Amino acid sequence: MNSIVVAEHNNQQLNPVTLKVITAAKQLGDDITVIVIGHDCAAVAAQAAKAQGVSKVIQADAPGYQHQLAENVAPLVADLAKQAKYVLAPATTFGKNFMPRVAALLDVAQLSEVIEIIDADTFKRPIYAGNGIATVKSSDPQKVMTVRSVAFAATDIGSEAVPIETIDNVVGGDKTTFVKQTLNESDRPELTAAKVVISGGRGLQSGENFKILEKLADVLGAAIGASRAAVDAGYVPNDYQVGQTGKIVAPELYIAVGISGAIQHLAGMKESKIIVAINKDEEAPIFQVADYGIVGDLFEIVPKFTELLSC
Amino acid sequence: MTEKLKILVTAKRVVDYNVKVRVKPDHSGIDTNNVKMSMNPFDEIAVEEAVRLKEKGVAAEIIVVSVGDNKSVETLRTALALGADRAILVETNDAIQPLGIAKILQALVKQEQPDLVIMGKQSIDGDNNQTGQMLAALLDWSQGTFISELTIENHKANVTREIDGGLETLALTLPAVVTTDLRLNEPRYASLPNIMKAKKKPLETVTIDSLGVTPKTRFEITKVEPPAQRSAGIKVETVEELVEKLKTAGVV
Repeated sequence: MNSIVVAEHNNQQLNPVTLKVITAAKQLGDDITVIVIGHDCAAVAAQAAKAQGVSKVIQADAPGYQHQLAENVAPLVADLAKQAKYVLAPATTFGKNFMPRVAALLDVAQLSEVIEIIDADTFKRPIYAGNGIATVKSSDPQKVMTVRSVAFAATDIGSEAVPIETIDNVVGGDKTTFVKQTLNESDRPELTAAKVVISGGRGLQSGENFKILEKLADVLGAAIGASRAAVDAGYVPNDYQVGQTGKIVAPELYIAVGISGAIQHLAGMKESKIIVAINKDEEAPIFQVADYGIVGDLFEIVPKFTELLSC
Repeated sequence: MTEKLKILVTAKRVVDYNVKVRVKPDHSGIDTNNVKMSMNPFDEIAVEEAVRLKEKGVAAEIIVVSVGDNKSVETLRTALALGADRAILVETNDAIQPLGIAKILQALVKQEQPDLVIMGKQSIDGDNNQTGQMLAALLDWSQGTFISELTIENHKANVTREIDGGLETLALTLPAVVTTDLRLNEPRYASLPNIMKAKKKPLETVTIDSLGVTPKTRFEITKVEPPAQRSAGIKVETVEELVEKLKTAGVV
């Protein structure tokens, strides 16, 4: 096999981010095997089997893989990857957690957050919070990489399914045990997959005030994000954070409300198609990247904006 | 039974996070001449967490490690002033790649036998987010990455991890490696008396050779370019005008 793509999923649904990683794998050659590791995850394997460009799916299905712990996932992937030239996973908290472990087990480097494939050995990736784009030439016999999904389009889902091989041996022991997972309940689209993202910054002044963004988000079917300043101030949870150390987004429309535009934040959203900035400070750096800027009081502008879009 | 853990923390000297870095005109790298250097912010959080465990009586000793040139002594002194007990500098003028750093740390772990290694989740220069996970793999230890909460109980580390969409709690059997996320704690500032005291704390310098490690070069950075610039668009005067523009663009 040429490459292995480790699928991200919740045992029921294939996370669409995986389809983007498959696109990256296709650029590295044919013969792509997708590995689905979980428990009772046949539905996920069936979805992956229809992704265009995939030649085979391996479904590693056992209770020991239910929570996809790095200690169990990494040795399995490293074992299956023995014959592969490339091992790819999304640069999400899922991929970032176990992929360096895979690389260490294979005794090779990991290339983090790849945004472009130049040739079989050469890749581009951001460094210094996106202030530099490094061209990296790897001399390892196998390349282990996490892929920044916003940089690649999703591969299509076809109607023909490729064969699925099932395995159930659990490796990696049980030194780590899963206790619980608390996912934020939301009817809104996921930040990294949303077509429209509205983010709030310190200008919102409180967590309570994020409600005005929610109303606008309801009208636009948008996801809600935040700057690191808003997260640090405790207005919203950390997983709202858009930026180099948070989530990288590239929606059709990004609306930055009360965000000054620190480099750290810009690194997470500047690939958006259209950027709107609402800020009372006309000197705010966010205006330098915004397609449309409006200077003024967000507490007047956002409700007005919501009202105009609702009618 | 009260735990008395030995903790190893890592601290990297990086360009201060407030510095607006620039790509060198010849695209050979980032210009780091005459810029302010500081401890990697995620490592500050790691040091702070170790100090808090010691203050709670959970930790007995905190050893701070840095791999870098002799200027990294400053970074180690900062960690000592924050409350670490002793420091080890693995001195090198080479830029060691993450797997090499992980192997150096593996050798130090064998030597020091800590119960817990606390590291920043990534350094803000290379932005790799790898070394902690690699170290855990080399040692075949449990790992807790991107943590926002840590408690020690019955020789287990209970960690809350920041994951996409929420939080995950794991119980790690010690010894383990954990990596810090932003919300784990707010690091303190070193007080002047503590800065003075830190000068007297032990700081040992070793070489990579003496640890029996030979880091390999596995990749080469052939070029560093500035990111594609977006140009500023227009300022609109009214919300009506904004809505009109967005409708014309077909995004609302």
